[in-house]
Amino acid sequence: MSAVTAPQTDKAAEEKARAASSDRAVAENRLGQKLVAPAVILMLLVTAWPMIRALYLSLFRYRLTTPDDREFVGLGNYVTVLTDSLFWQDTLNTVIIMVVTVAIELVIGFGFAMVMHKIMIARGLMRTSILIPYGIITVVSAFARQFAFSLNNGFVNAWLPFVGDDYNWFGGHWSAMFAIMIAEIWKTTPFMALLLLAGLSQVSEDMLEAAEVDGATRTQRLFKVILPNMKAAIMVAVLFRALDAFRIFDNIFVMTRGAQETESSSFLTYRQVIEQMQLGMGSALSVLLFLTVLLLAFAIVKLFKVDPAQARGEG
Amino acid sequence: MRADGRQGKDRSRHWIGFIAIPVWCLLPVAWIVSLSFKSLEETAAGSPQFLPKDFTTSNYGEILKNDDFTRALINSFGIAMIATVLSVVFATPAAYAIARLEFKGKRLVLSMAPAIAMFPVVSLVGPLFDMWRTFGLFNTWPGLIIPYMTFTLPLAIWTLSAFFREIPWEMEQAAQVDGATSWQAFHKVIVPLAAPGVFTAAILTFFFARNEFVLTISLTSTTSSRTVPAQMSFFVGPDPFNPPYAQLATASVIVTIPVIIIVLLFQRKIVAGLTSGAVKG
Repeated sequence: MSAVTAPQTDKAAEEKARAASSDRAVAENRLGQKLVAPAVILMLLVTAWPMIRALYLSLFRYRLTTPDDREFVGLGNYVTVLTDSLFWQDTLNTVIIMVVTVAIELVIGFGFAMVMHKIMIARGLMRTSILIPYGIITVVSAFARQFAFSLNNGFVNAWLPFVGDDYNWFGGHWSAMFAIMIAEIWKTTPFMALLLLAGLSQVSEDMLEAAEVDGATRTQRLFKVILPNMKAAIMVAVLFRALDAFRIFDNIFVMTRGAQETESSSFLTYRQVIEQMQLGMGSALSVLLFLTVLLLAFAIVKLFKVDPAQARGEG
Repeated sequence: MRADGRQGKDRSRHWIGFIAIPVWCLLPVAWIVSLSFKSLEETAAGSPQFLPKDFTTSNYGEILKNDDFTRALINSFGIAMIATVLSVVFATPAAYAIARLEFKGKRLVLSMAPAIAMFPVVSLVGPLFDMWRTFGLFNTWPGLIIPYMTFTLPLAIWTLSAFFREIPWEMEQAAQVDGATSWQAFHKVIVPLAAPGVFTAAILTFFFARNEFVLTISLTSTTSSRTVPAQMSFFVGPDPFNPPYAQLATASVIVTIPVIIIVLLFQRKIVAGLTSGAVKG
């Protein structure tokens, strides 16, 4: 602006304009920080404060049923947890659920996104269908699945040709895990599909046409044009969903209560604190879970070079 | 000719998807609706077919007379609503600053929001269980609303800032040039432009707050503050593998009806909110 209004030769005026604009920048900086401060302080207060408290409690042997026996044990709780096979079993379950559900959701979600991107009619119906699993309460969706897979009242055994009518899905580890993962996939695929749809709409049609003219096959167009051009969207979707899947709790609580060794890390933490009243041990688990999620987020961000802020164009 | 064939194949593929999406998404919903019309006797005896043998609506009358359930409905609505309003109030100025102003730490705030929203909520259960009993917040509304802010507030910031970036802010100056006062320009131009975004962000935040489960079963002990998901898990009774199916399905249908209505009314806005909130689209 100043370059247009002020003649090139007038150095003094230019200096003045720059000073004014830097004054404005300072004021803008201050106003911006003032406006975000309340929200940032509140976020830190409600999250960091309990987390610091958890860190402190994790250093004690502290059971709520015998509060007077509270005793400082240093890193003792961490040693106990990390040498317990149940902790590793549950971590493994959580990782399996995370990897399998995110991978399947990526494929189904991409299919959904493709259909929604291409189809011109009944878009309202598509949007409504896809948003209902998203909006439904997870506990409700888990009940629906538990009933569907149940022995006496479920339709799944009757509908699936390769399964006997008396097959008990919740009687074995892998079949119970399968039911849990189906519930998780159903509930969260829409979120994945919508994120991918946003990425898909950024792929330029011109580029696709050019590729087709040059004789690229469908598969080539998919892998050489479409997917590379929506990499940012895919990575953000994977990041969000992976971290979300790692917290899995509701589906397991409703469908198996952790039976058949289907317990997740979140469930183990909950059980230690609420059912066993082992606050010290439970806090150590909380801290470990938090660190795991942090590590996971860091790994995904570094490995795939994904940056949510940048993907939004705020870089 | 070949191109035609390919196009035909493409089209049939999309038609398969066209059928598959609603079926996949709505089948479980149809299932709980069907289950809610089965009688308790029918499910107790075992009823593996999809549709009810004897159609009955008695479950609905019974569940709506159940005081524990209606109380849970009130708790759920109240707690999620207050958490949403507080989040939107705090998030709006922050989102405005992120969308319109340049300041130090902007990127940090923008990266922090999703990081905190993805935080494992169960980690808060231990310390809060301990602290809330000392502060008298255990089994109260504020005892849930405060930890709910850990995910509702960052979500609101994230979605709102995406919406605010799309607003043509020059309109404000244009109105002032045309003789409107600052207040008029804000009130008549900016508020109507920003309102749909704020409203959509509020819907998404509300969905999340209402869905929360681990905190509500951990930090409540009676029906005075238990929300719907927690109350439903207590309907199950001692044997989790033989719950009162029809009753639970009926409760499920009742709490899902508002979701369907909201989705039908605001689907376009919700999709915009979800997608622009993550990737510029």
